Amino acid sequence: MKILVCISNVPDTTTKIRFTGENTSFDSSGVQWVINPWDELSLTRALELRDDPASGVKSVTVIHSGPASAEPTIRKALAIGADDAVRIDSPSGDAYSVAAGIAEVVRSEQYDIILCGVESSDYNGSMVGGMLAEFLEIPSVSGISELNVEGGNVTITRETDEGKEIVSVPLPFAGVVQKGIAKEPRIAAMRGIMMARSKQIRIYESGPEESLTGIKSFEKPPARDACKFIDADNPEQLIDLLQNEAKVI
Amino acid sequence: MEIKKNLKSGEFLVADSDAANVFIPEEFNEEQLMIAGSCRDFLAAEVSPRITELEKGKRELMKSILRKSGELGLMGISIPEEFGGFGQSFVTQMLVAEACGAGYSFSVAFMAHCGIGTLPILYYGNREQQEKYIPKLASGEFIGSYCLTEPGAGSDANAGKTSATLSEDGEYYILNGQKMWITNAGFADIQIVFAKIDRDRVLSAFIVESSYPGVVIGPDEQKMGIKGSSTAQIYYNNVKVPAGNLLGKRGEGFRIALNILHMGRIKLGANVLGSAKKAVEDSVKYANERKQFGVFISAFGAIRQKLAEQVIRLFTCESAVYRVSRDIDDLTEKLKEESGDTGRAAVEAIGHYAVEAAILKVAGSEMLDYVADEAVQIYGGMGYSAETDVERGYRDSRINRIFEGTNEINRLLVSDTVMKRAMKGDFDLFGKAAELYAGLDDLSGKVTWTDDYFSEKSGYAGNFKKTVLICIHGAVERFGRTLVHQQEVLNNIADMIIETYLSESLSLRVQKLESLKSDTGVYRDILDVSVYDAAFRIRKSAYDAIYAFAKEEQATALTRAVDSLTAVRAVNVKSARRRIADKLIEDNAYKF
Repeated sequence: MKILVCISNVPDTTTKIRFTGENTSFDSSGVQWVINPWDELSLTRALELRDDPASGVKSVTVIHSGPASAEPTIRKALAIGADDAVRIDSPSGDAYSVAAGIAEVVRSEQYDIILCGVESSDYNGSMVGGMLAEFLEIPSVSGISELNVEGGNVTITRETDEGKEIVSVPLPFAGVVQKGIAKEPRIAAMRGIMMARSKQIRIYESGPEESLTGIKSFEKPPARDACKFIDADNPEQLIDLLQNEAKVI
Repeated sequence: MEIKKNLKSGEFLVADSDAANVFIPEEFNEEQLMIAGSCRDFLAAEVSPRITELEKGKRELMKSILRKSGELGLMGISIPEEFGGFGQSFVTQMLVAEACGAGYSFSVAFMAHCGIGTLPILYYGNREQQEKYIPKLASGEFIGSYCLTEPGAGSDANAGKTSATLSEDGEYYILNGQKMWITNAGFADIQIVFAKIDRDRVLSAFIVESSYPGVVIGPDEQKMGIKGSSTAQIYYNNVKVPAGNLLGKRGEGFRIALNILHMGRIKLGANVLGSAKKAVEDSVKYANERKQFGVFISAFGAIRQKLAEQVIRLFTCESAVYRVSRDIDDLTEKLKEESGDTGRAAVEAIGHYAVEAAILKVAGSEMLDYVADEAVQIYGGMGYSAETDVERGYRDSRINRIFEGTNEINRLLVSDTVMKRAMKGDFDLFGKAAELYAGLDDLSGKVTWTDDYFSEKSGYAGNFKKTVLICIHGAVERFGRTLVHQQEVLNNIADMIIETYLSESLSLRVQKLESLKSDTGVYRDILDVSVYDAAFRIRKSAYDAIYAFAKEEQATALTRAVDSLTAVRAVNVKSARRRIADKLIEDNAYKF
């Protein structure tokens, strides 16, 4: 059984977001890039399954759609333990073009489980997993908080607002993963970092579909005012502020 | 001055470097950055959540975390692959030392194990000893410690009384004595113990397993800081150490101890960078959250001044740390080609850069003390609370000026080693110094400012060097062989040498940065303020030395020359510091 983990290359979560060109493009100067946190957890769970002989999972491949500048992030995934990696050589595109590109690779390489993080921490699109399943005409399961594979059988736990669902799904399928799938991301061990040197990143030409959407401009949320602390013994002041200042009641 | 590629230790005082040949931290490769990232991830996952528990002195917890770092491969960074390590360059070793520096007492335990607890066997052990111990030390299965200090032998290490007597059958050395301030004592499996064989004048070194009968570990000391690291006394009561555990040759212990300490010192210089970066980040985050008089305190000039100065001192120190790290790598490669012995090449290269090692030890530990102190100050009353990391950082920082050779010993080493190396003929210091001294009048009343920014900075560094040289010449001429008893003057000279090396390293780094980054304004600000301050400090040190060795008329001539040699163009340090602080405050993190 083969698992494909889709990874996004996103700015480190502590990055101060700046825009250029009159707020039409993201200013990437000085940005530290990392594996999207949800994708990192997907990768961690995929590696746990591969390392468990009972799962039947034989290999974990990571895939990224984007320019060569993302290769340090891909190599980090290899250092963490992925067996090999694919990069679709394309400029950053929307979810439609990314999903179409990944679907092309899956058609030629045949994976049993394709995992995506629930969203990327930069553009928060939450669309690639579902679109990928549609392109490939395979089942998709969203909101996966547990993924177990034993002897080729997959059991999934989905967390919803109302509780949990236990789901079975035939192979191949596309899974959209949320937090809880793995406790902590794996740390790249020295041996993994050394081995990542010799692992190849296979390059595919840009996917078959152009982006359908484009971003016209960005806008930061207005700066939030500082918190006001109201004495617990003074609920009248709280009501007054909510009525007359915040005007919400 | 002549521009040379690979300078000998201390030679920077009489030769210049080309920025193109100097390694700067902005040149770390992808793999090095990934290794440092793993260290940070490890601290975040394993150390930070347990630091309060560790501070309670839980020996087994510390040992288990150390073992986990071993499983991750972090203990094998400097160990050759043939012994289960990863044989990384010295630059990478220093980067790991830096990254782990943010780990408070874990960092001390980790560094002691990887350095002084492991490397004596790697560098001086025979093949059998290396094969027996190094793979286990590299994986964390064994934890190492280094036992040199005794109640009556601290800085004067050779005064140790621990004795080793060869048994009649020649099978064992019988070890008796007491060691103190031993890091990792409470849980180490292996000890590198220094003792005198049969009342020898000099020390020998032994590998002692903590499980040998007669080894008694005392309770942990109650310390000001680094409370999570185990520090205890160790007693040796007729301990039978197999004769095959003699490390190196009989009487070679002092040399081993010194060379290992050179390595410890230089790595301390990198280690404190990590501690300081953590303190700066804590400082700016707090200043960006804390409001007084209705505004965030990061808006106040008094706080911005502190934040900027933390950055300036840290960035300056960092420039020197990685400059010499690459010099050590280059020399190691050269020595390896000559001898074919990787371990010996590494230790000889580190030992060669003894001047720079002592410089980094002093400058790094004092930089951290400043940064940690101001972090507490920025936190105000909250910084005095034991709940904050800056309080822990402040207590933990203090030991760095004491261990790995006190800063007093290291300052003396800086001046002393420079002069000894020059006398040995490594470079012509005294000839150049005499020449300058003879032409003092030519030095006075001149400024060497130019229109080219970096030529001017290079000119300042050259003038700082001349200041050092004329002070060395004057002190030697006045005191001769008794200069060794004028420790205050030697300290003045050491301070000038340290300032000069740091200033030049910073200048070379910023110059090289201009070819890598488009906007380097803030780095020029750092350089401007750092050199401006260094010039005044050098002038003060020179004055202090001159008034100690020169008579009135000569002193006037000398101070006039020093005034010219330490004259720098006016800098609006207030505005420059504000711009530096602006970047730190905007990033809300140390991203220089």
